[in-house]
Amino acid sequence: MSRKPRTMIEQIHYYLSYDFVRNALIAGSLAAILGAVVGYFVVIRKASFAAHALAHIGFTGATGAALFAVSPLEGMLVISVLAGVIMGTAGNRLQRSDLAIGMTLSFCLGVGTLFLILYKGFAGQATAILFGNIFGVSHLQIVQTLFLSAISLGIILLVSRKLLFVSVQPNLAEARGVSLSALSIVFMAILAISVTLASQVVGILLVFTLIIGPAGIATRFCRNFWSGLTTSVVIGLMAVWSGILLACFTSWPPSFWITTILFVLYLITETVCRFAFRME
Amino acid sequence: MLAITDAGVCLGGCDILQGVNAEIAPGEFIGVFGPNGAGKSTLMRGILGLIPLCSGTISVLGEPPGRANSLIGYLPQSRASLTGTALTARSLVSAVEGGNRWGMPWNSRAARAEVERVIALAGVEEYADRPFSVLSGGEKQRVALAQALLGQPRLLILDEPLASLDPRNQMRMVECIAKIKTTTGATILFIAHDVNPLLGVMDRVIYVAGGRAAIGSTNDVISSATLSKLYGAEIHVVRAEGKIFIVAAEGNVTEAAHHD
Repeated sequence: MSRKPRTMIEQIHYYLSYDFVRNALIAGSLAAILGAVVGYFVVIRKASFAAHALAHIGFTGATGAALFAVSPLEGMLVISVLAGVIMGTAGNRLQRSDLAIGMTLSFCLGVGTLFLILYKGFAGQATAILFGNIFGVSHLQIVQTLFLSAISLGIILLVSRKLLFVSVQPNLAEARGVSLSALSIVFMAILAISVTLASQVVGILLVFTLIIGPAGIATRFCRNFWSGLTTSVVIGLMAVWSGILLACFTSWPPSFWITTILFVLYLITETVCRFAFRME
Repeated sequence: MLAITDAGVCLGGCDILQGVNAEIAPGEFIGVFGPNGAGKSTLMRGILGLIPLCSGTISVLGEPPGRANSLIGYLPQSRASLTGTALTARSLVSAVEGGNRWGMPWNSRAARAEVERVIALAGVEEYADRPFSVLSGGEKQRVALAQALLGQPRLLILDEPLASLDPRNQMRMVECIAKIKTTTGATILFIAHDVNPLLGVMDRVIYVAGGRAAIGSTNDVISSATLSKLYGAEIHVVRAEGKIFIVAAEGNVTEAAHHD
């Protein structure tokens, strides 16, 4: 904090003149917004393990894509959406079945490792897939990200009313004619897309942080749906922006900064909420 | 209001209930009893049209099951757990109001008024702005009751609203539902494990056991003769101190011992 504010702003200006920093901020923002919105439903539906698993299953898609000469983003997208739809079809029971998800995800990681070995010379890129490579996002990827997040966000807002009802009171929703399985399939497909986009920013291993982090923190203290959703988006954006800028300043990876910021926020919220809930 | 004619329900090729007959008039308060796994919830799901009948018919408000569900309020046995979230009781009732529509969960002024109406009716006002996850079991059940009351239902299906409540909260819940019955005139199907908390308020009884169901006045149905026939085993109904006790002659023949 020894720098004067003026020089700091100048420095931010300087970093923003780079294309790769601007691209990182755009892709990061899109992933943060989608992750925060989808994550809100992941948290109230308690489907965080399923979200985690989708990311790891995506690893198989990304490594397999290299083997079949497709881009990692496309490969990951196809495999995780497919897995998401299958999980959604199997319904709530599977989404909450730790064992079924755990077995599937470890099997997928195993297959992913096989793909890595079969495709020699890919190992270097595996690090990028696992830990994220936000500064390597291309123009084409930005367009893809924009397109995918606009569609996903549109769909999720279109079904958000039903999704909230189903998440809060599934049996009553069923009685009122809401199709639990159709919603579950739609939700898991969109979750798969968000997981893929978020993994561009923080990588597969840390995808959890953009999906669960902001929403998990927001639901801890926000007392209704709208305040929770907007707080979640704000936290996600702040974490991604400051993470990327801190990475510029320090040359430490953005994934480290984003996860650290969210972890510290989580610890603070948890401590404050425990105290506040005890007062209630 | 509700006519069940020779209805049978099967789940996965297994007969759960058969030959169920009941004719329920508008405004009746019916207690539904029976041992665990006897098919009480299954029968209610049949009435809601959530599972198909394998024989007979059910008519709800003159319609086949499932058609008139907007006029049925349903308090399911299981709730989504929202541990760790700060969502308030009021926001959870709002989430259910109009929850079967497309779009985003914005509530109109009329919808918000409806939320306030059921919150008052279910007696939730006092803790409507507290996080749902910190409420007691009884308070959570009241919130579920408020959700079931949305849309001014003419039939209320309450699946074990007394489960895991202490005797005092059981009494309060029953009083609250009896009050709702008089103010709204709704017909009530109330599933419970124990007959006693409902003795003063229910008009008739459905007892489900051994794959069959009997309907009638409390004295006719909760009798040694009727229950022994349903269970296919010797059951004694003992009345003492204004309470009813159901005892199996041989200790573990049935689950009737649950009713102690």
